[in-house]
Amino acid sequence: MSEVVIVDSGGANLGSVRNALARLGVAATLTLDAQRIRRAARVLLPGVGAAAPVMRRLREAGLVEVLRTLQAPLLGICVGMQVLFERSEEGDVAGLGLLPGAVRRMVAAPGLRLPHMGWNRLRRERDSPLLDGLGDGTRMYFVHGYAAAAERADCVASVDYGARHCALVVRGNVAGVQFHPERSGAAGARLLSNFLAWQPT
Amino acid sequence: MLSRRIIPCLDVRDGRVVKGVRFRDHVDAGAILELAVRYRDDGADELVFYDIGASPAGRTVERAWVERVAAVLDIPFCVAGGIASVEDARRVLASGADKISVNTPALLRPALIGELAEAFGVQCVVVGIDSRRDDDGEWRVVSHSGDPATMRALPRRTLDWVREAQMLGAGEIVLNCMDRDGVRAGYDLPQLRAVRAVCAVPLIASGGAGAIEHFAAAFREADVDGALAASVFHTGAVAIPALKAELRAQGIEVRDV
Repeated sequence: MSEVVIVDSGGANLGSVRNALARLGVAATLTLDAQRIRRAARVLLPGVGAAAPVMRRLREAGLVEVLRTLQAPLLGICVGMQVLFERSEEGDVAGLGLLPGAVRRMVAAPGLRLPHMGWNRLRRERDSPLLDGLGDGTRMYFVHGYAAAAERADCVASVDYGARHCALVVRGNVAGVQFHPERSGAAGARLLSNFLAWQPT
Repeated sequence: MLSRRIIPCLDVRDGRVVKGVRFRDHVDAGAILELAVRYRDDGADELVFYDIGASPAGRTVERAWVERVAAVLDIPFCVAGGIASVEDARRVLASGADKISVNTPALLRPALIGELAEAFGVQCVVVGIDSRRDDDGEWRVVSHSGDPATMRALPRRTLDWVREAQMLGAGEIVLNCMDRDGVRAGYDLPQLRAVRAVCAVPLIASGGAGAIEHFAAAFREADVDGALAASVFHTGAVAIPALKAELRAQGIEVRDV
């Protein structure tokens, strides 16, 4: 099986992710089917909005254990990244627990508008094949009001916005991006193509 | 650091992009996809598509062109025009738009903003505000601005509406300063500064861009997060690469392409 699947998490950016993969020559399947996801070569978990409805949908589809025990490379995008953690402060909801720790509300400050919306720079924290071809300072498109802190060993790239937040997390076969690669122009396309080629060690 | 956004606005009618001066006398400016891709290649950070036929005609945005744009475009885009319900918004977002912008329907029924935020998250919900200065010196909101025949000046003060929209769940405000719209005399800096002072979500300046210096002034003097413009880009009076180079030279953070 070499199928690339997008988990149908109910968010509004599913079509954008599918279009972005199509531009890379990959026809991805949008599905909630546990068998199909378990057998897939690569799995993308997009999400926009809030963590609670995404988790509810994953639970109802019986996908929590499927995703927790997945062997194939998994990429969470935006809220899809946030639900990889143990908890999200947003609605105080339990996540998939694939990554330790919690996602917390970002703190507004004078001159610091929330949600964090727009193009911001990645700061490379560690080396990863997922960052191939993406130099330090590459700009990606972010839209979020909650984030995981960057001070963690699996944070591969961070973003500065009031504090340092985790922008790219990698642990085993699990990766997550807080930004939207599907809307980040050529740099986002490169991140997705790196994920498609990724061989987790 | 977060980049300041440059946002071309494409007014769409019957599948074509049109441009307007003071909301009248629209002239065809080109095919939607062709312009969208050109702006993306030039370094636009985001695009806004405003279906100017939708709201006056009492219908919502046509989905076909939204889907075509979504398939090609790899930067964020927002769609405006006649979105008056969660269902309208759902169709547009499902067609691939990243955000939806509401204006007159939100004025008629402010609860719409909260319903959209609840259904899709605040990050999807842009509130567009058409505003102009009255003789008494107050900025007030204008509804139905898409059509000069039905346009209405409301008693609602712009600053009050900006506060209320945020409380209801607006994730971004686009302030279109109508006195400046299409005349290229520069953004309305006093009004933008006043709105900025009460706006904790991203604020986008609209109306009046005519030269590179106008963009720089909006960022520097009104601290807006993005600057939206239409005719100045469509006519080629300002090219986005040159605009960004100049902003960068002035120490304003912008995205390279």
